[in-house]
Amino acid sequence: MQSTTRAFKANVRKAIVEPGLQKALGMMKTGFQVRRLAAVEKLPEFEQLRDQARDIKNHVLENLDFYLERFERKVTEAGGKVHWCRSAEEAREAILGICRGVGAKTVTKGKSMIAEEIALNDFLEEEGIEPIETDLGEYIIQLRGEPPSHIIAPAIHLNKTDVIDAFQKAHTHLDPNRPMEEPTALLEEARGVLRPKFLAADVGITGANFMIAETGSTIIVTNEGNGDLTQILPKAHVVLASLEKLVPTFEDAATILRLLARSATGQEFSVYTTVSTGPRRPDDLDGPAEFHVVLLDNGRSDILGTEFQDMLRCIRCSACLNHCPVYATVGGHAYGWVYPGPMGAVLTPTLIGIEESGHLPNASTFCGRCESVCPMRIPLPKMMRHWREREFERHLSPPSVRAGLAFWAWFAKRPRLYRLATGLAARLLGLFGRAHGRYGWLPLASGWTRGREFPAPEGQTFMSQWRKRSRA
Amino acid sequence: MNEARSQILGSIRRALKRGPLPPEKAAAIEARLRDPKPNLIPARAGGEAKAVIELFSTMAEGAAATLTRVKSAREVPGAVAEYLASQNLPAAFVMAPDPELDAIPWSERPTLSIRRGKTEGADQVSVTGAFAAIAETGTLMMTSGPDHPSTLNFLPETHVVVLPASKVVGPYEEAWTRLRAKHGGSLPRTVNFVTGPSRSGDIEQRLLMGAHGPRRLHVVLIEG
Repeated sequence: MQSTTRAFKANVRKAIVEPGLQKALGMMKTGFQVRRLAAVEKLPEFEQLRDQARDIKNHVLENLDFYLERFERKVTEAGGKVHWCRSAEEAREAILGICRGVGAKTVTKGKSMIAEEIALNDFLEEEGIEPIETDLGEYIIQLRGEPPSHIIAPAIHLNKTDVIDAFQKAHTHLDPNRPMEEPTALLEEARGVLRPKFLAADVGITGANFMIAETGSTIIVTNEGNGDLTQILPKAHVVLASLEKLVPTFEDAATILRLLARSATGQEFSVYTTVSTGPRRPDDLDGPAEFHVVLLDNGRSDILGTEFQDMLRCIRCSACLNHCPVYATVGGHAYGWVYPGPMGAVLTPTLIGIEESGHLPNASTFCGRCESVCPMRIPLPKMMRHWREREFERHLSPPSVRAGLAFWAWFAKRPRLYRLATGLAARLLGLFGRAHGRYGWLPLASGWTRGREFPAPEGQTFMSQWRKRSRA
Repeated sequence: MNEARSQILGSIRRALKRGPLPPEKAAAIEARLRDPKPNLIPARAGGEAKAVIELFSTMAEGAAATLTRVKSAREVPGAVAEYLASQNLPAAFVMAPDPELDAIPWSERPTLSIRRGKTEGADQVSVTGAFAAIAETGTLMMTSGPDHPSTLNFLPETHVVVLPASKVVGPYEEAWTRLRAKHGGSLPRTVNFVTGPSRSGDIEQRLLMGAHGPRRLHVVLIEG
């Protein structure tokens, strides 16, 4: 996917005044957040499971080379094949080779963020192979020709009217005056249109929530069942997964699965959790004749051993997006690449470079909610700070910011002067602001006062009040 | 591709500042993989057999599955026929070629029209067994094989599962132990965990039932 991350600020300015987007985002707070909390409260062991899940993934990352080789051996024993791919380009070529091998004309796809990362759909189309997204949200945005705006709810930026519009344009074989007001009618329509495509597809591509080193199995989690029809009906099943999806055993997967759905949608468990091991067996009545795992690095091995290693624990549940005040204000497209929200603000610079995506780690209020809800205990704010430091070290931040910070640092390193000046400022601002209790304009603070008023201080700094109270 | 493989592994080892794992360390991990140990199991998954069955029933219904209880295999044909009638569905279904299902006296309900095998999508109703059921989340566990084509779990609009109570376990870990005991090192191609009927929340975050998989999931629990 082409990144528009450099244009983050312009993207945001557009997003915050877009009424359709704002309406759609407004529904998020009452949805995901409330349901997650309710699900977490019903499982008293939730916090302990978070600790264990973190430890499992840390153990895998410390031994990742071993686990990858072990996984490959088991896939091969089960009759499947692992394709090692360093880059997006190698992954696309590997998939094309598999498609050509079975003479594929159409490919059904379960939702996969890695497929977005390697821009698979555009590539397959150029090669004359039709990719069909089968997750309802992915299908809608494929019709609209746009990228997902959320890692588990790709069409969350849209309203029902947008869906009606997209279906009217795409499903021209249906009666143009059909009733479409009820969301169930739209779901029915998508089900009806996609069913024959499932049955006709030559290759099915899914992502993976987990790869199991014990048995060479892969696991996907869906609610619609589209990932299952995608993999059991065609001749070949291709699993597209990045290195860090490995866990040792099914017991380890069970531990993380207990966190995944609860953190994501607030479900006890997703409707379909599917374990795939190799191709169909000789006496099976259905299932794919070929099983391929396209294993993508694309910069992940470079993150290992750095201060960003913890990010490789991420299970893409989206809890951090769902609880982020910035995401809830600007939506996913503003971030400009595949991964939005706090996890994207940390991961995107590791994958496409901080030069390209320097705005993202700055798009945070550091409220810390992302870390507090992350089932894998990833210290997201800390890693955003690491990115800000790197950005500063590499002189990527604008001169005005650098000069401002240098001035502040000079000042902050001289506590007496600092206290004197802030004490004076607080007193003056308190004195002049007493009448109104607030300022509509302040020199050097227009960035603040353009959007809201600045409350007048009470006349004393925190430090001087603190000292007075400790003495009393 | 081999070049990619060695480069990726090399890059991982460089990042971890070591070569391949020393043999004794590799052996320790290998031993862990050969004898998997459970992590923390939630307390709710424990309890007496009876409590576990009650939990399964509550959780499955909480996930929008429906459930009827019968006393013996003899009562299954009647329960299935009544369920189909209650949903205004035809008394016809495709059934998994499963010896356990064949042992049910279907002929006592001659109005039921039964075809054994997989489905290409034309069947409205499927009837299958299950390998196990997990009480913790009200989940059915189904394994592919000659006795259970996976298409039966997804293509028909209505999926009826015949479940003897002895197959209900508390936590996932127990289900995995049973699966390993039956299949050893070589798993079935597909293991499906199914918790309620298919759904989507992709239009304005409203929960809509019956996305691509079955609209209805019905369990006939044999308690005898």
